[in-house]
Amino acid sequence: MTVQISFTLNGRPTNVDVEPATLVAELLREQLNLTGTHIGCDTSQCGACVVHLDGLPVKSCTLLAPALDGATLLTIEGLQGAPGSNQMHPMQEAFREHHGLQCGFCTPGMLMTAIALAAEKPDLTEADVRQGLEGNICRCTGYQNIVVSVMAGAAAMHAAEGE
Amino acid sequence: MGNVIGIGAAPKRKEDQRFLTGRGNYVSDIKRHGMAAGVFVRSPHGHAVLRGIDTSAALGSPGVIAVLTGEDVKADGLGSLPCGWGISDAKGVPMKEPPFPMLAQGKVRFVGDMVAFVIAETPEQANAAAELLTIDYEVLPSVVGVLEAVRPGAPQLFDDVPNNICCDWELGDNAAVETAFRKAAHVAKLSLVNNRLIGNPMEPRAAIAAYEPGTDRFTLWTTSQFPHVVRFLMGALVLNIPQHKLRVVAPDVGGGFGVKQFHYGEEAVITWAAKRVMRTIKWVASRSEGYVSDRHGRDHVTEAELALDETGKFLAFRVNTLANMGGYLSTFGPNIPTNLYGPLLGGVYTTPAIYCNVKVVFTNTVPVDAYRGAGRPEATFVLERIVDVAASEMGIDRVEIRRRNMIPKEAYPYQTPVLVQYDSGDPMGCLDGALVAADVQGFGIRKAASASKGKFRGLGYSTYVEACGLAPSRFAGRLGARGGLYESATVRVHPTGQVTVMIGTHNHGQGHETTFAQIVSEKLGVSFENVDIVFGDTDRVQFGMGTYGSRSLVVGGAALSKATDKVIAKGKKIASHLLEAAEVDIQFESGKFSVAGTDRTKTFEEIAGAAYVPHNYPLEVLEPGLEEQAYYDPVNFTYPGGCHIAEVEVDPETGTVTLVNYTAVDDVGTVINPMIVEGQLHGGIVQGVGQALFENAVYDEGSGQLLSGSLMDYCMPRADHMPMMKVTTHSTLCTHTPMGVKGCGEVGTIGSPAAVINAVVDALAHLGVTHVDMPATPNRIWRLLQNASLPVAAE
Ligand code: FES
Ligand code: FES
Repeated sequence: MTVQISFTLNGRPTNVDVEPATLVAELLREQLNLTGTHIGCDTSQCGACVVHLDGLPVKSCTLLAPALDGATLLTIEGLQGAPGSNQMHPMQEAFREHHGLQCGFCTPGMLMTAIALAAEKPDLTEADVRQGLEGNICRCTGYQNIVVSVMAGAAAMHAAEGE
Repeated sequence: MGNVIGIGAAPKRKEDQRFLTGRGNYVSDIKRHGMAAGVFVRSPHGHAVLRGIDTSAALGSPGVIAVLTGEDVKADGLGSLPCGWGISDAKGVPMKEPPFPMLAQGKVRFVGDMVAFVIAETPEQANAAAELLTIDYEVLPSVVGVLEAVRPGAPQLFDDVPNNICCDWELGDNAAVETAFRKAAHVAKLSLVNNRLIGNPMEPRAAIAAYEPGTDRFTLWTTSQFPHVVRFLMGALVLNIPQHKLRVVAPDVGGGFGVKQFHYGEEAVITWAAKRVMRTIKWVASRSEGYVSDRHGRDHVTEAELALDETGKFLAFRVNTLANMGGYLSTFGPNIPTNLYGPLLGGVYTTPAIYCNVKVVFTNTVPVDAYRGAGRPEATFVLERIVDVAASEMGIDRVEIRRRNMIPKEAYPYQTPVLVQYDSGDPMGCLDGALVAADVQGFGIRKAASASKGKFRGLGYSTYVEACGLAPSRFAGRLGARGGLYESATVRVHPTGQVTVMIGTHNHGQGHETTFAQIVSEKLGVSFENVDIVFGDTDRVQFGMGTYGSRSLVVGGAALSKATDKVIAKGKKIASHLLEAAEVDIQFESGKFSVAGTDRTKTFEEIAGAAYVPHNYPLEVLEPGLEEQAYYDPVNFTYPGGCHIAEVEVDPETGTVTLVNYTAVDDVGTVINPMIVEGQLHGGIVQGVGQALFENAVYDEGSGQLLSGSLMDYCMPRADHMPMMKVTTHSTLCTHTPMGVKGCGEVGTIGSPAAVINAVVDALAHLGVTHVDMPATPNRIWRLLQNASLPVAAE
């Protein structure tokens, strides 16, 4: 038995039939071929799967697909400038600039959390960022460059808004 | 010519664009037409006789294609998973090497041991069918700790391995050590545990296997650090697939840390199954599955003794270790606590006599193998802890005792009493740099400030050396390696002068696509953008041993450098013809071939073009084309080292240890890309801090259950556990690698556990605490404080 859901995915109206027990992370990866959202655990601990649901960061591995009906979802693939272009979001640029990634597996989730953090608070301190990333595990970077990236990315986001 | 970005520059990474935009290509992202799903059924018992498996209900379940067990493996006459190292005891008796079947046969030996593989149309159907298997286990008592495993009467894993001892290994001159101990003014003693760790790369392991009957070819996509080695081991030794019929691809891999460098049974089973059922099959591990099947690391119990003269000079060092191998021998398993441990017990000191005995022991736990640092963090931890113990017992300052015993810079090359010869290093220089960077002078003030808040502050040092760049093949062969440890690179110059490099190392976060491109850009004078690095595919890359042991730049980079030199040499021949000059007069610099002392030149692009459009070309003496290959086998290990200083604050109310400052000065040889090196150091340090403060794989003795079997129970370091670290390099150059590089991937993990624990002990020293086992969790510290006789609150 499947249910039909309609939602806005990365700015586009989307209709899909899903099994009611499907997790959003699975729906994105398996049905919609958006593999940028990663699955790193089965206990909602790692944050590799973070996406924005109606503007707020959520772990898509713990959200059932039917909950998307009528909602707006943003994934890592929806972040760039023009579709198909290589232009990146200021937070993505900041991660590149400050070497905020190594293997890249945690990175989409980190970016989604970071963007939400920056949107929530204009002047992020180092402590805010470290606290705010508590739900995202990175095994490679030791976090230092991620923290630096998030602060720089947040500053760039606010500077862009101010223009 | 364009944008040459050379050695020492820090360009942004080439690989980042795809990772930042969610367009990486990890194994779990790959889909193939008509793909089926595979699920492994794993033993819930630590130790049991496998009496039988009833597969009928599962086979009748919807969507099920096949259920395979150890009986099918046996019926197909397939080999056991090979061990890559064969070590021997002092008398030359080889280690006990029981078979490691790809699906359990007769017995299961750890929770997570694979007993069946269920293949169905979808993962849900495969999971549902797996539930329907009836497996008849006769449960036996498990033994999980090494001390328990070697006791008389302990459960025996293998009938022909008495006392569960795989090998009783030793190194060093025991007689010389005995003599030195008799003359000693002081002997420091220490018993310690090096806690078992789980690597936890953020990407869980996964594999996809396909068989094409039309060509009789297999393809395996796997989360591997060394696809060629998997092809070699699995094809030649396990499944009997000719090497040319087997392609192994390791695409983007989300972290490895050693955990993904072994040949795993899952890879063999899925590849074998793909042909049996004539379907492409995909398996993706869950994190919890990874906990009971990814190879674990460390797990030593050690007794150490250090003999000193009255001035604090080390006379001799004796170490007895029991090392846990888990239930079977993994690819490098027996090599880690022996060859990668004993030879590092000299550290950066002039200790004249060292003896090390390691009993390598089987237990009912996940097999143990190399995890970041592998053997060397264990050696460093024992040594740097006991140096602190000796200093405190003899009343010598901890920095002073290190200085008195350090190998002076001028004394390199330095032969240790335990096999290895360090080519270069400057431990004193690293120590001096770290003392300043960590503001050790100001520590007293900070300690007083902590005390005024009721907290205990401590400072800890770790001066260390490691052996990297595995390894000279001849040397490794003498130590029991069953493979060579060289590396290969092919530099393919296209007619346009752009370059593709095929290299046998594997990039899973280390930034090879950037670092290696810098080497080529500098050496050939071509634009950084015009160099692509290809790795991780046995059909595209000639051969290679992969990435582990900080060997990629050291060994792979050297092969690349050599291949590049050959390109230049051939280019000179072509240029000498085109410029009508003697070959000896041709110079190559900044992307131009020129005749010495003249202004006659040809660009690199012109030479490349001439090689592929050979209208005017010395075809009688030179082949067309511009592509060169090199294999490089190093003459020695490389020896990075350094000094780490940790500063902690302990809250006596809760036992919580907070890392407040961390300083590292590391000698990694030539730095190709400082941004990437710093990132590697950061990551390594935090993994070591994880071991010291948080991480621990805990088994239940008797049942063999893994109690820390998920991210909920195994504490991983998070962003708010760390302060900003101060990380710098103080490099001496490696004297035998072409570019002077030493390797940097593991140094952080090697230096940090001892620095952190030494700091914790320092913070608690006034309470009479002399040692704290890892991880220094709040509970462990709180208990220690409750047992300490002195008042808990600071004055
Ligand atoms: S996959 Fe969602 S939190 Fe780990
Ligand atoms: S970059 Fe590898 S897990 Fe974060």
